[in-house]
Amino acid sequence: MSAPDTRPAPGQDSAGETELAAYNFAYLDEQTKRMIRRAILKAIAIPGYQVPFASREMPMPYGWGTGGVQVTAAIIGPEDVLKVIDQGADDTTNAVSIRAFFQKVAAVRATTHTADATIIQTRHRIPEHTLQEGQVLVYQVPIPEPLRFLEPRETETRKMHALEEYGLMHVKLYEDIARHGRIATTYAYPVKVHGRYVMDPSPTPKFDNPKMHRSEALQLFGAGREKRIYAVPPHTDVVSLDFEDHPFEVQQFDRPCALCGATHVYLDEVVLDDRGGRMFVCSDTDYCETRQAEGHVGEMLATTATDREAAE
Amino acid sequence: MSDMPLLKVRSLSKFYGNRIGCHDVSFDLWPGEVLAIVGESGSGKTTLLNCLSTRLMPSTGDVQYRMRDGDYRDLFRMSEAERRVLMRTDWGFVHQNPADGLRMTVSAGANVGERLMAVGDRHYGRIRATASEWLSRVEIDTDRIDDQPRAFSGGMRQRLQIARNLVTSPRLVFMDEPTGGLDVSVQARLLDLVRGLVSDLGLSAIVVTHDLAVARLLSHRMMVMKGGHVIEHGLTDRVLDDPREPYTQLLVSSILQV
Repeated sequence: MSAPDTRPAPGQDSAGETELAAYNFAYLDEQTKRMIRRAILKAIAIPGYQVPFASREMPMPYGWGTGGVQVTAAIIGPEDVLKVIDQGADDTTNAVSIRAFFQKVAAVRATTHTADATIIQTRHRIPEHTLQEGQVLVYQVPIPEPLRFLEPRETETRKMHALEEYGLMHVKLYEDIARHGRIATTYAYPVKVHGRYVMDPSPTPKFDNPKMHRSEALQLFGAGREKRIYAVPPHTDVVSLDFEDHPFEVQQFDRPCALCGATHVYLDEVVLDDRGGRMFVCSDTDYCETRQAEGHVGEMLATTATDREAAE
Repeated sequence: MSDMPLLKVRSLSKFYGNRIGCHDVSFDLWPGEVLAIVGESGSGKTTLLNCLSTRLMPSTGDVQYRMRDGDYRDLFRMSEAERRVLMRTDWGFVHQNPADGLRMTVSAGANVGERLMAVGDRHYGRIRATASEWLSRVEIDTDRIDDQPRAFSGGMRQRLQIARNLVTSPRLVFMDEPTGGLDVSVQARLLDLVRGLVSDLGLSAIVVTHDLAVARLLSHRMMVMKGGHVIEHGLTDRVLDDPREPYTQLLVSSILQV
């Protein structure tokens, strides 16, 4: 970035006067960022291991991404380009407010294009565009412990991780098959990282699990309420758990995206009316828009365009 | 093989501060043998059982266990990881209250299959077949395999707990009042079942009970405890038919005769 920076520094208005309440760059104080970076380094050194950290109160409620925001705040620099997505979309409340937050307290450039971003903070999706070396994906994690719903005691789950006792995780998958005839877990699907730690990939659809495997990008996970950080370094094995006779499978969609015609992407169902009308569109809005700009047309895109013209 | 004891207990004591849990207990347990520990409430039987099964650290004494390779290992010098592997493969622990030993929120099949998955079985079909076979062995209808134990009666839960423990064919099973809280006819059926399984599988077992009838039916040998001390120790029939200690005589004579 060689262009002169005309944006106001954080804590200053456009006239350059310092306001009374000035924030440190990226909101957190330097000591806190240092503490979080240490936790991140440890997490990278032990892939999949949940590192405790002294999570701070953030100016947003728990469940809105306080963990992800703290991780992003600790690693972001003035030169970074930030993308924030919520369920794949750049324009939903959570994504918009976190993006605005960092534009205000760190004055960083924001983008919606996956390829342009250096840091992507995400809630529950991995972008369709393959991530490259040098990019960092920051996940917002509600419950970091994959064994939590099977074993409520933290002392016990820590011991199970330490001794690599992961039979219980398969009990959950067994229950799925016994009840539904197949592994019915569709999100937060447990994975084994680097052949050692079982990890909760946060509530991403299992469709995204294969993207984590040997990804070129660094993947960081922050859980604010539970005060845990964990990580998957680039090029690390991430294997979804399964049974020999019930292997891991991702969701299949029987039709392409209604707007851009993409196949082999994760689709959201959109209800159109109260008479059963519905459409399936890419959950990754940036991917969908890029494809539309490239001239790909889904079956319902044309009608929407004509409707708009008719309305005008 | 069986000329060597499975478990060697030497002067095992457990103190709770100044109070005695159990004091200076020594015995050998042989392969295929069932030992009953009887006594009144507070006599230290459960403390002793918990020390033997490494659920509790004793204050002094040691317990040697003969591993499958024939070597004796001191249980309290093993690492926690080794002990936990032992507990879920070579041992079983049947709790008085089945809810303590079962996962109440997962199906009966998964309860039985959990140990198999813990030792690395990753084939759903095989796990389910084994679970179903074990359910029928403990007289639970195999069509209940997908029901949760909370939908089971007390006797069924106890039998399920036994199946869950025996699925990895352990060599030693600890039972803490296995028939406590069951009505008499269910008790009788359960005892019959346990007796059959123990003799079929050649299990060794240590059974804690306050019920002398249970000891009479299940055990080959028994130990009578009072105030943390073993006061009498011998073959079950000998102890019950010809009790030597005054306390044991009192215990035997206090059985209700109908």
